Amino acid sequence: MRRICIVITVLSLSACSQWGVKPWERSVLAKSEMALDSAPLTSALDDHIYFSKEASSGGRGFGGGGCGCN
Amino acid sequence: MKKHQKITLALASATCSLMGALPNAHADISADYADWDVNAALLIYNESDRVTAVEPVISAKKQIDTDESIALKLVYDSLTGASANGAVPTNIAQTFTRPSGNGSYTTTANETSLDDTFHDTRVAISASWEMPLSRMDKLVLGGNISNEYDYTSIGVSSLFSRDINQRNTTLSAGLSFASDSISPIGGIPDPFSEMLPAGDANYSTTRLDSSESKTTVDILFGITQVIDKHSLLQFNYSYSQVDGYLTDPFKVISVVDAITGIPIDQVTGVAIVSGTTLSQVVYENRPDSRTKHSLFTQYKRNFSGDVFDISYRYMFDDWDINSHTVDFKYRLKTSDTTFWKPHIRFYQQSEAEFYTPFYLSGSQPTAGTNTTFATADYRLGEMTTTTIGIEYGHVYENHSWSLAAEYYLQTSTEPSNKVGELNNQELSPDVDAFMLRFNYDF
Repeated sequence: MRRICIVITVLSLSACSQWGVKPWERSVLAKSEMALDSAPLTSALDDHIYFSKEASSGGRGFGGGGCGCN
Repeated sequence: MKKHQKITLALASATCSLMGALPNAHADISADYADWDVNAALLIYNESDRVTAVEPVISAKKQIDTDESIALKLVYDSLTGASANGAVPTNIAQTFTRPSGNGSYTTTANETSLDDTFHDTRVAISASWEMPLSRMDKLVLGGNISNEYDYTSIGVSSLFSRDINQRNTTLSAGLSFASDSISPIGGIPDPFSEMLPAGDANYSTTRLDSSESKTTVDILFGITQVIDKHSLLQFNYSYSQVDGYLTDPFKVISVVDAITGIPIDQVTGVAIVSGTTLSQVVYENRPDSRTKHSLFTQYKRNFSGDVFDISYRYMFDDWDINSHTVDFKYRLKTSDTTFWKPHIRFYQQSEAEFYTPFYLSGSQPTAGTNTTFATADYRLGEMTTTTIGIEYGHVYENHSWSLAAEYYLQTSTEPSNKVGELNNQELSPDVDAFMLRFNYDF
């Protein structure tokens, strides 16, 4: 599984040079709902729940700690 | 001049946003240097027969220059209810001592043993400062403090990002450090010591210090790429090193009769016959370090106003846990001001190498053994979880709101080595929860 992830990552990065837009082509990407984390408060609340209930955390950002979480 | 500033700010903000350089970045064409951009949310989380959490949160962000801003966030978290203590269920009621050692609680026959004593509130404050270092470089510094009755956490973080490739690619690197301390009621249990009856004169002999601590260091590397006029892609790798006290002082492991599978009576040393005496359980013990690796990718695409958003995370650690998480959202634009957003999340994890749902009598380590690790906490067992939800929102020029309802289901895998009565019991029954969340952006 780790190898597959690494291969996918390398292939995707090599494709980066072919991707991209000109500055005047960004009207859709500039919309707030297109931000990668368009609802940070919601993401933080979700992360807190899953941090408390599951054995994994982080990924999108820092995993961190911050609660006893029973 | 004011109008010019607004336009400059809007353009700069929009550019940063589409770069996806920072998690919190988003375009806000109404932003003004003088105004605070305030967002608030309220989450109600309710598990059937277990935990209920009410969590209001408010954040405020102020733009202090074209590419510079500060943000503050306040979270209040109120928890009530009951939490599984790790002991196995059986066909007889069972009695356990409260963590303080001064009282006891009795659980129902054939039901998961839930400790109903905890009631906690948490207050967390965080602040961040986003600043430009050059035309293409940016830095975000952050700090947070979180406090509960028995738990305190202090953390700092920094995230550097650089735009390259005509701002179509953003590279980021971050470092965070957190220091946590726990002072549980009743003190820190000695690993594998037996829970003693309430009020027992020797109760203190099962305790070590009154508090413990741990540190967490997280390192994050990310790359965000604009693919075309409608789509973005992100990859992150994160490394997390946790050192210190990682044991849950409230969790125990049952000791059961090797033939009948009935929990042992702590006093008589034979299988319990009624729920009036204490079941024999020993306190768990986890390693004092954990190293985690996460690979995360997210793809986002706009389809004529609708937004397709999918992410995947693979996590593995040196506790032999690995997990897969797939999260999918689709923002369906129903008018210029309204949307629906269905959400589906799948999560699957393997069990920790030291996951031990119960001990057969005589096989449990002796009290004080700190070289053996064991936990019966189902959250470190093999399980899958599913979240299904829907959100409805209104977006206006000066404010917006949304309401979301979600259902969360945890399904654990039963251990294969059950004996006797344990075969009639579900050691880790499904846990489900309903969540209601209201967001309001001022």
